[in-house]
Amino acid sequence: MSEAEMKIGAYLCKGCGIGERLDMSAIAMITEREAKAHIVKEHDFLCGEEGVSLIQNDIDNEGVNRVAIGGCSRRAKTEAFTFGDIPVTRANWREGVIWIRPDTDEARETTNDMAADYIRMAVAEVKFMHKPEPNEERATNNRLLVVGGGISGMTAAVEASKAGYPVTIVEKTGALGGIAAQLHKRVPEKSPFAEPVDTGVAELIAAIDADKNIEVCLNSTLAKTDGAPGRFEVTVATESGSTEEKTFGAIVQASGFTPYDANKLPELGYGKSADVITQLELEKLVNDGAGDIIKRPSDGKQVSSVAFVQCAGQRSDKEGHLPYCSGHCCTTSIKQALYFKQSNPGIDTNIIYTDLRTPGAGGEDFYRSGQDKGVTFTKGNVSEVSSEGDSLAVKFKDLILNEDAQENVDLVVLATGMVPNSGPNIDSELTEEEKNAEEKPISILNLNYRQGSDMPQLKHGFNDSHFICFPYETRRTGIYTSGPVRRPMDIFQAKEDATGAALKGIQAIENAALGRAAHPRSGDLSFPSFQKSGCTQCKRCTVECPFGAIDEDEQRYPQFNEARCRRCGTCMGACPVRVISFKNYSVDSVGQQIKNVEMPDEFDEKPRILLLACENDAYPALDMAGMNRIEYSAFIRIIPVRCLGSVNLIWITDALNSGFDGVMLMGCKKGENYQCHFVKGSELAQIRTSKVDDTLQSLSLEPERVETHEVAITDIERIPQLINDMAATIERIGMSPFKF
Amino acid sequence: MGDVIATNQTILVVGGGISGISAAIEAAECGKQVILLEKSPSLGGRVSQLHKYFPKLCFPSCGIEINLRRIKANKNLRVITMAEVAKVTGDAGNYSVEVKIAPRFVNEKCTACGDCSNAVESEFDDEFNYGLKQRKGAYLVSNMAYPQRYVIDPRMIGSEDANKAKDACKVGAIDLQMQEESLTINVGAIIWATGWKPYDAKKIQPYGYDRFANVVTNVEFERMADAFGPTGGKILRPSDGKEAKNIAFIQCAGSRDENHLKHCSRICCMASLKQTTYVSEREGKSTVYYIDIRAIDRIDDFYQKVQADENVSFIKSKVANIIEDKDGNPILKGVDTEGYNRYENQHDLVVLATGMEPSIPADAFPMDIKINEEGFIEADESNGAIFAAGCSSDALDVNRAVQQATGAALRAIQVVNKVAGMEG
Repeated sequence: MSEAEMKIGAYLCKGCGIGERLDMSAIAMITEREAKAHIVKEHDFLCGEEGVSLIQNDIDNEGVNRVAIGGCSRRAKTEAFTFGDIPVTRANWREGVIWIRPDTDEARETTNDMAADYIRMAVAEVKFMHKPEPNEERATNNRLLVVGGGISGMTAAVEASKAGYPVTIVEKTGALGGIAAQLHKRVPEKSPFAEPVDTGVAELIAAIDADKNIEVCLNSTLAKTDGAPGRFEVTVATESGSTEEKTFGAIVQASGFTPYDANKLPELGYGKSADVITQLELEKLVNDGAGDIIKRPSDGKQVSSVAFVQCAGQRSDKEGHLPYCSGHCCTTSIKQALYFKQSNPGIDTNIIYTDLRTPGAGGEDFYRSGQDKGVTFTKGNVSEVSSEGDSLAVKFKDLILNEDAQENVDLVVLATGMVPNSGPNIDSELTEEEKNAEEKPISILNLNYRQGSDMPQLKHGFNDSHFICFPYETRRTGIYTSGPVRRPMDIFQAKEDATGAALKGIQAIENAALGRAAHPRSGDLSFPSFQKSGCTQCKRCTVECPFGAIDEDEQRYPQFNEARCRRCGTCMGACPVRVISFKNYSVDSVGQQIKNVEMPDEFDEKPRILLLACENDAYPALDMAGMNRIEYSAFIRIIPVRCLGSVNLIWITDALNSGFDGVMLMGCKKGENYQCHFVKGSELAQIRTSKVDDTLQSLSLEPERVETHEVAITDIERIPQLINDMAATIERIGMSPFKF
Repeated sequence: MGDVIATNQTILVVGGGISGISAAIEAAECGKQVILLEKSPSLGGRVSQLHKYFPKLCFPSCGIEINLRRIKANKNLRVITMAEVAKVTGDAGNYSVEVKIAPRFVNEKCTACGDCSNAVESEFDDEFNYGLKQRKGAYLVSNMAYPQRYVIDPRMIGSEDANKAKDACKVGAIDLQMQEESLTINVGAIIWATGWKPYDAKKIQPYGYDRFANVVTNVEFERMADAFGPTGGKILRPSDGKEAKNIAFIQCAGSRDENHLKHCSRICCMASLKQTTYVSEREGKSTVYYIDIRAIDRIDDFYQKVQADENVSFIKSKVANIIEDKDGNPILKGVDTEGYNRYENQHDLVVLATGMEPSIPADAFPMDIKINEEGFIEADESNGAIFAAGCSSDALDVNRAVQQATGAALRAIQVVNKVAGMEG
């Protein structure tokens, strides 16, 4: 849109005390003459019906196509101040000015300066905001690909199909069912939570067989996965070597787990005695005996006593052991003890545990059912299992009696854990162990993405991302992991998880069809565009994108896959030649705000500090500081950014060059317990700003003038303090010499 | 309140805590029409009253901020607060739901400027802080309150203060004549996410919650750790305001107990482990009295980290009873079952890890629904298109509650898509 077609309406609200605190006529004049808004109107209660229709009327009848509002924070009255796809900016006079400044004669001038700058900035920003154009990348394939035909995969398929979406299951083996198909029975998931129940595997397989909406590819794997949500191009390869190209809208990865290799536990007798078996091997033994008489493997003798060793090779920092708890093993051992009790109540069943973990309503009832049926529970640490004559000697420290103890039994069952089938770890080199291992991790997805073949891993090999508020917030849009590949879990939880993952797949399909972003910027229609002419092929954008959204084309230019993009702007922040932008968020939309702050001269003793604040954590905290009337320096000028990762260094150098005395960046916590919902944004910003020192040096400026802080949304008192500290620092080291 | 438009292709979500919010927004972001009802004046539920989440020790308000932004941006989702379901009739794909909306006495004109609150003097127990502090009779529930709109406490109606509030409002947002409203809406599927309440600690008589000032619950302790809570983020003894440095956590207080809640509430172990980090940060010592530490699955490493903290010790014991010495110090008595040693330990403050009880008593549901012995909703064909989400279905942590709520959203979508298919 040309300058001539642009018509900016600026609406200045005087409500909530703003009119009493600010010199509105002066500000209105600045808005008109300096900021050059085409229409400037004041109102006593802009968010009220009359105020909103005033704006709407100007849009409808006066040709206003950009709206800048001076009033409350953009977090307040958001719905009232949304006018279709018309770009709207907000000068935060309430939470960000009058509520954080004292109402004194002394403060009046600097408070007014602040408000005037914020409306200058709002108008400058809206000039560089454009309606997002429909994304050309929109694609409408609505078929869901489910990788893995175990409980999780089958459930995801059935549930998605029930909602009307076609599904293809790609299963590596020759049959559906996964590990659950090897079980005799499962832990109950409905009251009365007392007896083991049917696994439900046959029922699920039958439902899939009967469903024309579900296609099953057995003995198949993914040879290649390309594309983006709405248009994933997948090469499905069969064991026989044939391949087939298929297109999908979204993917659920339910590749499950591999049972931990019990051969790593010789101290517990595994591999030495045939009568030391894993939980999974017991299932087979019970199935072989038709669930009736359980015979021990070594000599076929009927088992009259059995010990279950919990946490075998788990919750342990010993090399080769699993550091985590697999979650299901306590109830699984209770279930298995009940197999014995059902065949003969006289069989001794002893579960040796350190912490018995049977959570929820069902878990505790099932535990009690075990106790009622005579299962023994012993709190102890097993150190050794060895053959002793005709039996197995289980040596353990009895933690209740605080003494060493031994029990001789016919059979020992080891509760070994789950190892996720998550494929190679794309973020790290192979460990020595992995290099030497006969079987290296095999890629599950074979993603043809610049950033690697599989889903990133978070911890202990599990695919996951944020795991509290947003369990499905993965780092590859449109691909959702489900089941034990995500965290250890039992059948019931795997089914719940798969249902949720299926929903997210469906949502990705619906979003892709409309060119809409997934959360946290849900519904955002903007996407990054880049000017090829200026690009130097430095690859920073392709490397730094937290979501693997950018590939490289044959000529090694970045190739954006808009439907994979989460609109954080990390690519924009990374670009040294500034050729990446969004229609409504760009180097200019922020840069012009910085340039439009009025810069008092050196002798005015009015420093200017720029704060680029993460819109999810730092900015809300600042609003809440206002709500609690926590004062901070009037010299700060705050600009919310989508993510600290979107901060381009040019903003900082421009600010310093134009006379800002200090620059602050505030973003979310990084590292292992990161809180950045764009995963890496905050971390990348910190790396980038560490390079600001060179700029500072070349300008002969003190390093204290630029600060980066990790903050949280609860830092309602700390952030104002940090701002005041910066103001004090400027007072100490003096004003910037770059004022003009 | 404006017209509420709903059809049998609409999904109704009952309860605006983290599970209800998640189910509602996930369904709305699939393009479905959703109505979200919340009984209290603000969304957020129990999690909004927590200081931090385990295991990342991050802040619930961070995730709430993102979810609120999703809600503000989504035209498919309508939020109605102060609303309760009185009655549900009908069948899957076609329910009629009677909703009662309590008067807020503040209309949508409210700008949340706070003038009404400044004008009034009457104070009441602050529910958001479990009554540990007072709030004004005209109030905003919390810093994160959404809708960002004040509330007039109904107990203030008819008083001089109520008129003061009304007079102080410059935009005419206060309507003291507001009455309870009734609304009947037609929906296709219902997601029930009314969540949990803390088990009433008074019922655990040997621990003297109602007799000893320095015995508090885990949910109250969360408020104490919050900088904007009743103690300004300091851990102070209710009896004398002194800083508590030697704190006992009693696990399974009223849980895993046939006399109280027979289920394990799943979250209390991790919650207490998390709370020991609040104590350690403030240079105090923690002692955790436990039966089993249930730091389930991948987050077991959090337990390992806390075990490595020398300021935290663990005693395997179900505490028998608590007495108080003359200085108000709670003294815990019991037997350490690891080695069978009797103890009599003095602490500054006791935190009861009370469990989760379903918010709605088994006999108080406004519809036919299958409930298990513990009071949680059980998935069953006979429930039709009413699906439980989050802690209405079991004692769950936040991650599992959201996961489960996301699944519930799909179950509801299956029903309304079927309706849409039949209606063309």
